[in-house]
Amino acid sequence: MLIDLLFRLRNAKIPVSITEYLAMLDGLDKEVASYSVENFYHFSRLCLIKDERHYDRFDKVFGEYVAGLHDLFDEIIGDIPEEWLRKEAERLFSEQEKKDIEALGGLDEIMETLRKRLEEQKERHQGGSKWIGTGGTSAFGAYGYNPAGVRIGQKTGRQGRGVKVWDKREYKNLDDERELGTRNFKVALRKLRRFAREGAMDQFDIDSTIDATARNAGLLDIKMVAERRNAIKLLLLFDVGGSMDYHVTVCEELFSAARSEFKHLEYFYFHNFIYEKLWRDNRRRHTETISTYEFIRTYSADYRVIIIGDATMSPYEIMTPGGSVEHWNEEAGSIWISRVLEKFPHAAWLNPEPAAYWSRVPSVKLAQEIMQQRMYGLTVDGIGRAVDGLKLKH
Amino acid sequence: MTRKFSSTENYVATEDLSLAVNAAITLGRPLLIKGEPGTGKTQLAEEVARSLEAPLYRWHIKSTTKAQQGLYEYDAVSRLRDSQLGDEKVQDISNYIIKGKLWEAFEEDALSVLLIDEIDKADIEFPNDLLLELDKMEFHVYETRETIVAKKRPLVIITSNNEKELPDAFLRRCFFHYIKFPDKETMQQIVAVHYPSIKKDLLDAALNAFFSIREVQGITKKPSTSELLDWLKLLLAEDIPADALHADDSGAIIPKLHGALLKNEQDVHLFERLVFLNKRKQ
Repeated sequence: MLIDLLFRLRNAKIPVSITEYLAMLDGLDKEVASYSVENFYHFSRLCLIKDERHYDRFDKVFGEYVAGLHDLFDEIIGDIPEEWLRKEAERLFSEQEKKDIEALGGLDEIMETLRKRLEEQKERHQGGSKWIGTGGTSAFGAYGYNPAGVRIGQKTGRQGRGVKVWDKREYKNLDDERELGTRNFKVALRKLRRFAREGAMDQFDIDSTIDATARNAGLLDIKMVAERRNAIKLLLLFDVGGSMDYHVTVCEELFSAARSEFKHLEYFYFHNFIYEKLWRDNRRRHTETISTYEFIRTYSADYRVIIIGDATMSPYEIMTPGGSVEHWNEEAGSIWISRVLEKFPHAAWLNPEPAAYWSRVPSVKLAQEIMQQRMYGLTVDGIGRAVDGLKLKH
Repeated sequence: MTRKFSSTENYVATEDLSLAVNAAITLGRPLLIKGEPGTGKTQLAEEVARSLEAPLYRWHIKSTTKAQQGLYEYDAVSRLRDSQLGDEKVQDISNYIIKGKLWEAFEEDALSVLLIDEIDKADIEFPNDLLLELDKMEFHVYETRETIVAKKRPLVIITSNNEKELPDAFLRRCFFHYIKFPDKETMQQIVAVHYPSIKKDLLDAALNAFFSIREVQGITKKPSTSELLDWLKLLLAEDIPADALHADDSGAIIPKLHGALLKNEQDVHLFERLVFLNKRKQ
């Protein structure tokens, strides 16, 4: 039965493995979560989800999953003997609350009514003022406002008043499909860092020296080490103007995030697609340009190349000579970008347009093909995957 | 059966958080806690230890911390010095093994709490280096060729501010709980725990001001629980009346002593501009 939940979660692209699933079963076996759906919800989330960005998706899946099972839970509650309910109620109520209950007709009467209603009630219930369930002002069920309410399976009626906790989907804005500010870009880009000790051995390594000396039975053995530096070099190529104007903010954020994270960072601009020229300054783009050949010659192959553009244009602009909207290009854009990709095996394309629209635009599909599927969305999630992709050679 | 953790007199734990802690104790798994800065992640470990009457071992992680330091360190310098002085101690290498926090926690006979604070500050490889230790609760000391096994699995609480992604293999071994920002009702309980004598109208006014600041778009560092508590302390110390905090019709005011809530000058400027704009509209 629970296996179904596991597979639903996996279908929703939440990385859940057997390990977590077994841990959950172990916990249920040891009765960590008592028999209420809320507790089960919290406990299964605790076991299965390892990232708050997945909370929202989990809430959705869990809601669907539980909707089908609720009749079953009602049945279980319906079977609880009155004796048990009374005991539970006596344990839960404070003296003051008990007095309040007296005011409403006394515990016995309430218990009697509860039993009747349990018999009448057949379906899942939420809200309202009579039936047992969650929310509402009935005297029975969890999260109620009635001071004489019988709380079933829940001790501190504070959270999730009215609506089911998972129905609220409070973590909606934590899903990683959204686009975010600089800091989150930095975190995403940071994965790309690779620290390496490079260059001259100019630092005195105290730890190793002491270690080596001690191991050497006290004869001094000096060790030197090179400074730790972030060895990653990055080339950013931005598409500017035209349809990219809508994405200026997100590109700026990415740029400033990258600039603060990487010391070896170079950037160039192009318009719509990469042709024979690139430039550094958009105001002087017609006078100060660098030929793409020179660009390829200048930077060594260990630079990572990230192209940022929406790739939304006429397919001619990629495939045919003279296709550029701005000037006459002798060779097609696809040839130029292949030259760049040939030199720099670590490359990725970030597209600020939502990935759902890509398949509808022929030029995006073309660019995807040329990039060998290394096109990612300009979101935190997309950058994360791009960074993983950049670690591999193509 | 072991004792259960729930809210204490100076810490308000939501139901799901208590469940998380109790599950971690029962199943002997590390509990990874994330959440906005200032929502009481570190304090959780202290309160859990206090309410379970278990000893607490704090291991604060810095960017230079190595996983090995939590297990043990071999003090080669002392040994070198002792050997030059001809000290007898030098013959036995175990005299120079310094126990780390993990080791100390492993030696407890009863349940203990081990806090690994801000694990994301460390090097990316740090969590991977602790996989086996946290899983099996044992490690090997190479110098003395002995294996240290926990007498009783400690409750390991790990906090993270999300500065670095933690490796999947590490996450698989942990329970994960995200402390969400408290709603107004929970916040009232939290304040009641810290300042039981605070006047109701002042608290209402302060909470309104606080939550409206959190809602202002574009604030870079949203004030959190710990900032609210600091601010209330100041308000109480200065004896500010509640009506001085009431928002006017425009919805935005600069609250008194806002320095406790807004922690950088861009946010203060943004706020002042909003107030200015609102005044002009009137």
